[in-house]
Amino acid sequence: MKLKFDRYTRRKLFSRGMTVLTGATVVIVLLPLFSIIYETVVLGGGVLSVGFFTQNIPQPCSPHPGVVCQAGGIGPAIQGTFIIVALAALYSVPVGVGAAIFAVEYGGERALARVISMAADILSGVPSIVAGMFVYALIYYYEPAVVFSTFSGSLALGVIMLPIVMRTSEEALRTIPNSVREAALALGISRWKTSIRIVLIGALPGVLTGVMLAIARAAGEAAPMLLLNNGALHGFTGINYVSQNMALLIYTSAVAGYQNDVNLAWGAALILIVLVLGMSILSRIVLNRTARRWGQGT
Amino acid sequence: MAMTSAPVKMDIQHLTAFYGSNKAVQDINIAVPEKEVTAIIGPSGCGKSTLIRCLNRLHETAPKTRVEGAVLLDGEDIYSIDPTWVRRRVGMVFQKPNPFATMSIYNNVSAPLRFNGRPSREELDQAVLRALKGAALWDEVRDRLDSPATSLSGGQQQRLCIARALAANPEVLLMDEPCSALDPIATAKIEDLIAQLKQDYTVIIVTHNMQQAARVSDNTAFLYLGKLVEYGPTEDLFERPKEKLTESYITGRFG
Repeated sequence: MKLKFDRYTRRKLFSRGMTVLTGATVVIVLLPLFSIIYETVVLGGGVLSVGFFTQNIPQPCSPHPGVVCQAGGIGPAIQGTFIIVALAALYSVPVGVGAAIFAVEYGGERALARVISMAADILSGVPSIVAGMFVYALIYYYEPAVVFSTFSGSLALGVIMLPIVMRTSEEALRTIPNSVREAALALGISRWKTSIRIVLIGALPGVLTGVMLAIARAAGEAAPMLLLNNGALHGFTGINYVSQNMALLIYTSAVAGYQNDVNLAWGAALILIVLVLGMSILSRIVLNRTARRWGQGT
Repeated sequence: MAMTSAPVKMDIQHLTAFYGSNKAVQDINIAVPEKEVTAIIGPSGCGKSTLIRCLNRLHETAPKTRVEGAVLLDGEDIYSIDPTWVRRRVGMVFQKPNPFATMSIYNNVSAPLRFNGRPSREELDQAVLRALKGAALWDEVRDRLDSPATSLSGGQQQRLCIARALAANPEVLLMDEPCSALDPIATAKIEDLIAQLKQDYTVIIVTHNMQQAARVSDNTAFLYLGKLVEYGPTEDLFERPKEKLTESYITGRFG
């Protein structure tokens, strides 16, 4: 027997089918995210303790009869990550915010402003290992002795953070309505005071959002660290020396394959994910709230 | 064009304002008498707002704009002096209230003083008091000067913006359709305020509301398609217009 549907039923069935299909793609999109989080929480959560945050990185060790392995911790890597990211922020935040102020407040319709924004977009597309190689070459040219150092690493992270800081700051500055700039100018407040003390201060939560997003991104970068800041078991001891950090530790511990090292990698991964996700979520909330205060939020 | 016995405060001479190559207003000549209210009326798009924005050099802050001609303030061309100085002498109130959303009521009003100098707390207190009283807002906000400016109603926010402009101690106050975003009660309050303001300030007000111009102004300029059609005492312009175009506009035949 041959099934026959009228046109209406055919359309309805087709529509149903497509809804199910697109729904399935949503599941596929969300699957990696949730499995990563699930896996990391289960495996990383098991090794978390107070000591994990403070103790030194242990000697590689796999348990066998008569040997007790140290669990150790990632204290030096946490300290190293905080310092190297802070250094990177030190270079990238003033430059990124400055460029954003120029592009939004002074660029106007000028071509230069558009070129700056486009350059930032291109820079954000540069693979982090390429940024690392650039810094390698740059430092090698001027001071070969510190090619492998916290300083080199922080410079590469700075290059990675710069476009994120700049573009988000640009967005934040643009949420301040023009009427506010005009209000300030009409009071005889100079152009630069208007830009800095009215517009930038008003957009500050949004600018901080950009800084947080950039920090989250930089904290997770392993590639430039492998190239420029590799090999230390200790934390930060000076900008001329290499230092341990979390992204690097995850890589080196995971490939080492010793049981306590692998545990370390999962624990560090969990902390990194919480940090990065937390910052992303926080920055979304902050940005939305700022926009709403100026009457343009969602 | 001698209007009244009052001396001329602001003399607009052959003023032409450009957006790109497009002339928004063309060859405008208006002599604004001191301590009187001068209204600029005309249909939408006739260049009223552009004209008033040339009087504190705000027009030129937008991209691709240019101004020709002169605007004499006490005989001195504002286009030959620093725009920030011009704007301290010529205050402005905008169509939509635009308080600084991140600041309290107090900090909004004291903003022009705080950003343009280093006044003492007492100087600020006095200036805020004077400005808020001048804008007829003091009684409504005296107990909550530290509340955010955005907690005020629209009409109160507009009077806050007037207070903020007054705190800068200007000689001329420009008002660009200050009531267009307000309800009738708030509008009436602003209109009463304008009548008081002219005791101390020269007021220039742009309005698309002819009744408002008739109620608040001493002189009226009628603009059409970027050109000045007629300028004279408000009473004359509304009751004995010299131009046919003015007559058809005020009798509501177009616009």
